[in-house]
Amino acid sequence: MKQHWLVRPGTIRLLWVIFLFVLALTILASLSTEVHGWFRIDGSFAFYAWYGFLTCIGMVIVAKLLGRLLQRKENYYDRD
Amino acid sequence: MTGISAIPPGLPLILGALLLPLLGLRIRAALVLGLPLLTLALIWQIPDGVSLRLTFLEYQLEPVSGDRLSRLFGTVFAIMAFAGGLFALNRARTLELVAALVSAGSAVGVTFAGDLITLVAFWELLALSSALLLWSAMTDQSYHAGMRYLVIHLLGGVILMAGVIGHIADTGSVTFTSMALDSPSHWLMLAGFLLNAGAPPLSAWLPDAYPEASPTGMVFLSAFTTKTAVYVLLRGFPGADILIFVGLYMIFYGIVYALLENDMRRILAYSIVNQVGFMICGIGIGTELSMNGAAAHAFAHIIYKALLLMSAGSVLYMTGKRKCTELGGLFRSMPLTTACGIIGALSISAFPLTSGFISKSMISQAAADETMAMVWFLLTAGSAGVFLHAGIKFPWFIFFQKDSGLRPPDPPLNMRLAMILCAFICIAIGIWPAPLYAILPFPVDYVPYTRAHVIEILQLLLFSGLAFFIMLPYMKRTLTITLDWDWFYRWLGPRAINGLTQVLSRWHTHRRTDFLRHLGHLFGTLFLYHGPRGILARTWATGSMVLWVVILLGVYLVAYYF
Repeated sequence: MKQHWLVRPGTIRLLWVIFLFVLALTILASLSTEVHGWFRIDGSFAFYAWYGFLTCIGMVIVAKLLGRLLQRKENYYDRD
Repeated sequence: MTGISAIPPGLPLILGALLLPLLGLRIRAALVLGLPLLTLALIWQIPDGVSLRLTFLEYQLEPVSGDRLSRLFGTVFAIMAFAGGLFALNRARTLELVAALVSAGSAVGVTFAGDLITLVAFWELLALSSALLLWSAMTDQSYHAGMRYLVIHLLGGVILMAGVIGHIADTGSVTFTSMALDSPSHWLMLAGFLLNAGAPPLSAWLPDAYPEASPTGMVFLSAFTTKTAVYVLLRGFPGADILIFVGLYMIFYGIVYALLENDMRRILAYSIVNQVGFMICGIGIGTELSMNGAAAHAFAHIIYKALLLMSAGSVLYMTGKRKCTELGGLFRSMPLTTACGIIGALSISAFPLTSGFISKSMISQAAADETMAMVWFLLTAGSAGVFLHAGIKFPWFIFFQKDSGLRPPDPPLNMRLAMILCAFICIAIGIWPAPLYAILPFPVDYVPYTRAHVIEILQLLLFSGLAFFIMLPYMKRTLTITLDWDWFYRWLGPRAINGLTQVLSRWHTHRRTDFLRHLGHLFGTLFLYHGPRGILARTWATGSMVLWVVILLGVYLVAYYF
């Protein structure tokens, strides 16, 4: 079966390139605006970029750890 | 005081809904779409202040009492009833439509209730109609989920009622105004309100119940119960500090549990808790900006969450599947559903040009204005997390990810139209927020589209997206559920009671045998002496009796002599 154009490896590589380019663009754009932090650290360089990135990785890790403790098979509550 | 503005605006929805089973298909369709519009028209006829007073026992009821906040919530409930009705038309069972319209009418009823007695009445009607809405899916799971839903919500109703009675006893007034947390009855009312909002520790009822509704039923369910709770908290407990912490807990609870979840509609259910968390946090901050933010976010949220659930509902309706592990690659054959799902996902993530952007940022701005640093940092992390668990995760696992081999077409026309309507509203509010800002409870001088703000949010969200794709290997879905506080009443409770019953019955059996053995001994001994062959039952000769009498008299004589 012919692959949909969107899932071909070439397209996916291109999408990654565009994505990284846009990421770089948002950082460049923040250089040109006046940074107005309310609490000092949020005025640091590209604060929203690294803060978003790190907190997301943190949340996935916390979820993973909590999952080890709390995840059960789907039929856990099923009546017999 | 009289005339059209004295008609409780929820009443046509409730009474009209009860007529549905008696009517033909065409008239039924006309009513399902027409009644919400009639309600919307009535809502905008209601002036500020009380337009209807009734006397009940010795209390003055105010079933119709309007202001900006009531109209805002009433409006979005009516829009939602219309959009949900359009989505469900010809697909849902009659019982489901009746229950959906009654719950919409009850939600509108709560928003225009000027007194606590009317409020509690509509509150309970909302709980009952929501349970019926769940049961109308007619599956075994929906039956049990509906039972658990009802148990929790009737408990919440009792707690609220106790608080209301206490409040009336304390103050002698039934009017529903803002309250301070200065008496046990106010704490009880807060607890009753929060239970409906999905607050901890009893938040598990929401992801437990809603996903068991029918594909169309969950669209209705998502809108009314939790947002009615947001409305009463906005009016009843603005600026209560505890709400900030409750809201923050809900935000991260929703994110973490949604990240671990495999069922697409449970992901969206957890994200309801997450989004309501933002609103409750805004209510807790309690400034005009944050209250406006909470109200605007509730408005925007109802529409984009409905859109997300319509898109998930369409997938479920067309494929019969709801697990991420069984879905994927549906963008090929469901382009419209994919596009609408993505618009909903972008809106919930508060992307610029969508409705979430112009509402949620008011809440974090209010936290910054109040120099609540910790709250602001957590809200910002929460915003990033929303993109992670709902903004990307939902569309990615359903419509892209792997090719599941499924090729279902887009859903029928009415479902497509409902999705297009909601998607349109999401983008329209995002591009042109002025009409929504104009109907918020307080005057708005907030400008969402500044260059800095747009760039900041884009950075935050796009780098969260980067984190998602980097962490993707760790996010592989598994066939699991995640335990929640409901474990205590779904697993531990029944087992504890079973265990106790067993111990008691064993003790009882044991005691019983012991007792019977002792009883047997007693009867045996009695039988030995008194039985037919016992020594005391023998026949005695008259001579021996005379002998014994003589001996006794002799002993008596001797004793007397001494």
